Amino acid sequence: MTTYSFDAVIPIVCVILAGLVVMLAEAFRGRGEKMPLGGLAVIGLVGAAASSVLLWNRNATSFGVVTADNFALFLNLVLVAVGLMTVLITAQTADRDKLPAGEFYATALFALVGMMLMVQASDLLVMFLALETMSIAVYVMTGIRREAVNGTEAAFKYFLLGAFASAFFLYGVAFLYGTTGSTSLDRIGTIVASQAMAPNPLVLMAVGMLLVGFAFKVAAVPFHMWSPDAYEGAPAVVTGFMSTGVKAAAIAGFTRVFLSALEPMIGYWAPALWVIAAATMVLGTVVGVQQTSIKRMLAYSSIAHGGYLLLGLLAGSDVGKASILFYLAAYALTNLGAFGIIALLGSYSRDNDNLRDYAGLWHSHPVLATLMALFLLSLGGFPPTAGFIAKWYVFSAAIGAGYYWLAIIGFLSSVVSVYFYLRIVVMMFMTDRDARPVPAPVTGIALAGLALSLAGVLYLGVLPSQVIEWAQASVATIF
Amino acid sequence: MLALIPLLPFAGFLVNATMGKRLPKGVSGGLASVAMLAAFAVAASQVWSLMGMAPEAREINQVLFNWMATGRFSLDMGFRLDALSAVMILVITGIGSLIHIYSTAYMHEETDADFARYFSCLNLFVFFMLLLVLGANALVMFVGWEGVGLCSYLLIGYYYEKASASDAAKKAFVVNRVGDYAFILGSLLLFWTVGSLDFVTIGQTVKAMPVETSFGVLSLITLLLFIGATGKSAQIPLYVWLPDAMEGPTPVSALIHAATMVTAGVYMIGRNAVLFEHAPITLGVIATVGAATAFLAGTIGLVQNDIKRVLAYSTVSQLGYMFLAMGVGAFGAGIFHLYTHAFFKACLFLGSGAVIHALHGEQDIRHMGGLKKHLPVTYWTFLIASLAIAGVPALAGFFSKDEILFDTFRHGHTALWVVGVLTSLMTATYMFRLVFLTFHGEERFDPATVGAHGHGGGHGHGHDDHGHDAHAAPASHAGHGTHGHGGHLHDAPPAMALALIVLAIGSVAAGYIGVPHALGGHNALGEWLTPVFALENTQQAPPASLNAHAGHAAAVEGPMAGDAHAAEATAHGTGAAHGDPASGETHDETALELTLMGVSSAIAFLGIGLAAFLWIRNRHIPDQMAQSFSGVHRLLLHKYYVDEAYDAAIVQPIKAFSIHGLWKVADARVIDGAVNGAGALVNAASSALRLLQTGSVKTYAAGTFLGAVLLLAFFLWR
Amino acid sequence: MVALGAVVGLGGLVISGLVGPSNPTPEKEAAYECGMPPVGDARERQSVKFYLIAMIFLLFDIEVAFLYPWAMAMRDLGWPGLLQITLFFAILVVGYAYIWRKGVLDWGPESDPDYKHAPRPGPAVIKRYRYGTRH
Repeated sequence: MTTYSFDAVIPIVCVILAGLVVMLAEAFRGRGEKMPLGGLAVIGLVGAAASSVLLWNRNATSFGVVTADNFALFLNLVLVAVGLMTVLITAQTADRDKLPAGEFYATALFALVGMMLMVQASDLLVMFLALETMSIAVYVMTGIRREAVNGTEAAFKYFLLGAFASAFFLYGVAFLYGTTGSTSLDRIGTIVASQAMAPNPLVLMAVGMLLVGFAFKVAAVPFHMWSPDAYEGAPAVVTGFMSTGVKAAAIAGFTRVFLSALEPMIGYWAPALWVIAAATMVLGTVVGVQQTSIKRMLAYSSIAHGGYLLLGLLAGSDVGKASILFYLAAYALTNLGAFGIIALLGSYSRDNDNLRDYAGLWHSHPVLATLMALFLLSLGGFPPTAGFIAKWYVFSAAIGAGYYWLAIIGFLSSVVSVYFYLRIVVMMFMTDRDARPVPAPVTGIALAGLALSLAGVLYLGVLPSQVIEWAQASVATIF
Repeated sequence: MLALIPLLPFAGFLVNATMGKRLPKGVSGGLASVAMLAAFAVAASQVWSLMGMAPEAREINQVLFNWMATGRFSLDMGFRLDALSAVMILVITGIGSLIHIYSTAYMHEETDADFARYFSCLNLFVFFMLLLVLGANALVMFVGWEGVGLCSYLLIGYYYEKASASDAAKKAFVVNRVGDYAFILGSLLLFWTVGSLDFVTIGQTVKAMPVETSFGVLSLITLLLFIGATGKSAQIPLYVWLPDAMEGPTPVSALIHAATMVTAGVYMIGRNAVLFEHAPITLGVIATVGAATAFLAGTIGLVQNDIKRVLAYSTVSQLGYMFLAMGVGAFGAGIFHLYTHAFFKACLFLGSGAVIHALHGEQDIRHMGGLKKHLPVTYWTFLIASLAIAGVPALAGFFSKDEILFDTFRHGHTALWVVGVLTSLMTATYMFRLVFLTFHGEERFDPATVGAHGHGGGHGHGHDDHGHDAHAAPASHAGHGTHGHGGHLHDAPPAMALALIVLAIGSVAAGYIGVPHALGGHNALGEWLTPVFALENTQQAPPASLNAHAGHAAAVEGPMAGDAHAAEATAHGTGAAHGDPASGETHDETALELTLMGVSSAIAFLGIGLAAFLWIRNRHIPDQMAQSFSGVHRLLLHKYYVDEAYDAAIVQPIKAFSIHGLWKVADARVIDGAVNGAGALVNAASSALRLLQTGSVKTYAAGTFLGAVLLLAFFLWR
Repeated sequence: MVALGAVVGLGGLVISGLVGPSNPTPEKEAAYECGMPPVGDARERQSVKFYLIAMIFLLFDIEVAFLYPWAMAMRDLGWPGLLQITLFFAILVVGYAYIWRKGVLDWGPESDPDYKHAPRPGPAVIKRYRYGTRH
C-alpha cells in the first residue's frame, strides 16, 4: 500500500505526455502557424518504445492493475510502430485533407494510450477503461473530417455499436465480479479454475458477454458489421490505424483474459470461438471478392485476418500465443503500409480508392505500385514476406493444437483472398493508365514511413527468427 | 558457392527491374543471358565437384542463416546439392540459358521497358526455381514454389493488354494457389508429425516409421503434398491452367510450362521419396492420377488446332508419365523422363515459337502447312524433337519413356501399363499430326499476310496474336540474315537457331546418360540417383551389408530400377526376399524389358504411321471421323468441358455466394439500396443521413445482438 | 437464478402490456412539457454549444468528484497521494486550457475564429433530419 512503483506505466506516460503537449501546443498555436506537432508525437512514441525495451524481462507491475510483462511490451512496440507509421503518413495527408493536425495527433496518441493500457492491464476494470479510452479516441478519429459525410456516418455507426458492445463487455465484467468478488485477472483465474468442473452459470454468462465485447473490437463475425462502413468512411490513415492498432489491442486483451483468467473454461468457449473464427475467415474473404472499393476490400481482408488471429488464440499453446504476437507485428506493418499508400493516393475531394483508380499505377507511380504490390503479397501470405511467416506460424500452431478443419478453412479462405489482392495488382501493373489527375508527389517523410514498413515486412519475412524468439520469450514468462 | 547459383539470376533480375527501362535491349537481354550462363557455369562446377565424391557422400550443404527457430525446431535458410538436385540445376540453368538467348531474338520487337520487364521476370523465375530445387527443407522449397507461381503468373500475363492473357494468368495463379496451400498444409502436418522439415531429417525419421498399409497420417501428408504437386505440375484435377498458360510468350512456355516449373511436383515427390514410399496408398493414387492424366491429355491433344495448345496437352500428358513413374516407385525413371522431356519439349516449344515468329503470330495449324522448305532449321529440329517424344528408338524419349513403362509393368501394374502404351500411341500420333499439318502438305497460310511482312522496312509483327502497334523494326532485325531459303518467310534468326540446334542435339543425346542394362548400357543416371532414393533402402540394413551390396557387381549394376526394386522391398518390409536380385531373375527381366521395348518402339512407329496415313495421305478421313463421331470430337475439342464444369461448380457458386448470399446480407450498402461506390460522395451525402435513420445501424445492432443471444444461449444450454 | 430473473423481468413487461388498460387520448400521446400544452415540435433545434457545455460540465463535474474521496483519505495516502492527485489535476487543467483556447467557453459566433469556416449542413439536409422522413 505504501510502495508505489510507476515503472510499468512509463511507456504509457510517455505517450500521454506527448498527447498532452501536442494538445496544448495545438491550443496555443496561432492561426496559420506551423508547428512540428508530428515531431512531438514521434518523440513521445520513441520514448514509449525505449522504455518498453528497457522494461524487457523486468515484469514490472504498477498499482497491482497494470503490468509490463514481455507480452505487453512486445505489443507496446508493435503499437508504437503503428503510431509512428500513422504520424509519418499523416504528415503528408493532413494538410491535403484539411485535417486538424494537432487534434489528430493528440487523439491518435490518446487512442494509443488506451491500446497500450489495454495491452498492459491485468485487471478487468482497467481493461474496460482502456477499451473506452481507445474506442472514444478512435470514434473521433473516424469522423475527424467533419465535412466528409461518409466519415461522419461511419463515426456515428461505429460509436453507437461500439457503445453497445462496451455494454456487453462491462456486463460480463460485472457478472465475473458478482461471482468471484474480484476484477483482478489473477484472482478470477484462481476462482474459475477451482470450479472449472461445474461452472456457475453466471460465469458462463460472463464468458459469453466478454466474448461478445472482444469479438466486436476484433471485428469477428457476427459482430463485424460496423467495420466495413467504419473502415471505408474513415480517412485511409485512420483506417490503417484502427485496423491494426485497435485489432492488436483487442486481440491482446482477448488473449490475456481468455488464456489466463478464463483458460480453465476453454472447453466451454473454444467451440464458440471455433465457429466465430471459421465464419470470420470465410465471410471476410468471400465478401471481399466482390468489393470494388479498395478500402472496403481491405476492410474485409482485415476481418479475415482477425479470423486468422483467432486461430492462434484458439490454439492456445505457447506457439499459438507467440504466433499471435508475430502475426500482429507482421499484419500491422503490412496493413499500415497498404493503407498508407491508399492515403497517399487520395485527394481532398476524392478518396481515389476505387479499383479503377489504380489502373496503371505502375506507370504513374512505379515506386508506390511496387510497394503496394509487396504489401498485398504479404497480406496474401507470400514468401518471402512477413505475411507468409505469420500465416505459417499461426496455421502451424492451429495444426499443432489439432484444429485441422479450421486450418483447412483458413487455407481455403486464404486461397480466395489471393484473388482480390491480385485484382489490385493486376489493376496496377496490367492495365493501362486512365487519364486521371495524378495526386501530388509523395514527400520524403511519407516515403520514409513506407520504406520503414516495407523493411519491416521483408525483415520479418526473411529473417524472422529474432522476432519469433522475442515473441516466444514474451509468452514464456506469463500465462 | 552454392548460393551463387540462384543469386546470379537474382542479380540479373535486380538490375533489369530497377534500371531496365533505361537500358537498351541488347544490354538488358545480354545481361540476363550472361547471368544465366554464369549460373550454369557455377552449377556445372558444383556438380563436377559433386561427382568427385563418394556416391553415398554426394552432398554439398550451405546454410545462409537460421531462418526461424520455433521452440523445439529450427529452420535454416539452407541449400543442398545432391545427386537429384544436381540433375535439376543443370537442366534449369542449362536449358534456361538457351531459352534466354533464344528470347533475345524472339522478343526483339518489344519496347525497351517491356523487354527489360520480360527478362527481369524470367531471371526472377530462374532464381525461385533454383531456390525450389536447392532448398534443403520444405519451407525453402515452398518459397521457391510460391515464387515460381508468381513469376509464371507475371509471364503468362505478359501481354496484359489481351484480356485472355490476364485471365489465363489469374487462372493459373489461383489454381496454383489451391495446390500451394495443400502443399503447405502437408508440410505443416509433416512438421508436427516428424518434427522437422529438413529433407534429410524427414527421410531418416520416416524410415524408422512403419509403412502405412491403411490410411494414416503419412498418407494424409503425402496426399496433401501430391495435391500441391498436381497444382504445380498440371495433373488432374488441377491441370486446367496449363493449356491456358500458353497465352504467355512462347519462350516462357518452353522454360516454365514445359522444362522446369511444371516438373517441380515430380521433383518434390522424388525429393521426398522415402516419405512417399511409406504411404503406398498415396503412391497408388499418384500412379493412377498420372496415368489418367497422361491418357486424357493425350486424347485432348489429338484434336486441338492451336500449335501451342497441342504442345501444352502433350506436356500435361508427359508429366502424367512422370507421375506414373513416381507412383509405381520408379523414382529414377521419373526423373530421367523429366530430364529428357526438358530437352525435347523445350525444343518443340521453341520450334513452335520460331514458326509463330515466322508467320507473325499465326498459331492455328490449320493455317500452316508446307513450312518445311521455308523453315529448314526449325523443321529439322522440330522433327528430331518429335521423334524423341514419340519414343522412336535411339532418341532420348525412347529410353526414359521405356524405363517408365517397363517399371510399371514389372511392378505388376498391368492396367496402368496398357494405359501408358495407349498414351504412347497417341503421343506419336498427335505429335506427327502436328509435324505434318505444320510443315508438310500444301501451304495454307495466308500469303498476303506473310508476304506483306517479308521485306520492307515497316514490320508489323504480332507475336502470339499480340497486336502490336506497327513500328519500324530496328535495323538489326535478325531475321534478314537467314531468310535466304524461303522467299517471304524467315527461318529462325541465329540466336533462336542456336537454341533450337543445341536442344535438338540434346533430344538425341540426352537419353544416352541412362541407357538400360538390357541394351548393354549401365544406366549412369539411375546409378547417379540411387543414393538419393536408396537412402531409405539401405537404412534398414546395417552399413556393413550396404558395403557388401555395393561390392556385388550385380547389385550395383543391377537392373536400372534396382533402387526402386529395393525400395519396394522396404515397402513390403521383407528386405530379404527381394534385396539381392538373383541372376536368373535379372535375365528374365532383361528379356521382358527387351520385349516391352519392342512393343513400345512398334507403338511409336505405328503412331507416326497412323499420323502419316491420316494427315498426309488421307486428309479427309480425320474430318469424316470428326463428323461421324461428332459427340466425341466435340467433347475432346472442348477438353471434356472441364473448364466449364469448374466454372459452374466452383467459380460461379463463390461469386454468387459472394454477391447474392453474403454480400447482400453482410454488406449494408445493398441492404439499404444505397449507392454503390464510395466515390459517389454526392449521393452518399443524401443517403448518409438516411442510413442513420432508417436502420442500417439498427440492422447492425440487431445482428450484434442476435450474435450475442446465440452465444449466450450456447453457453447456457450446452 | 437466471431463469427466475428473466421471468420476473420479462414477465413484468409482458403482463403489464397484456393486462394494463390501454385507451390513448391525444393528450396522453402528446409530448410532456411540464403540464403545459406542448408548443411546436419536440425536436427543437438547439445550439450545439449547449451540448458541448453539457458534456464538458459532465466531465469536469465527475472528475472533480474524485477530489472528495482523496480529501477524506488525504492523510492516509500521504505524499504519493498528493502527487497522484496533482498529476490528475494537471491533466484536467491541460484539458481545460485546451477547451478555453479553442473557444468552447466563448459564446456568440463572432468570438469563434472557426465560425466562418465551419461547415454547416444545408437547409435540405436539416429539413430531412428534423422530420425524420426517409427521403
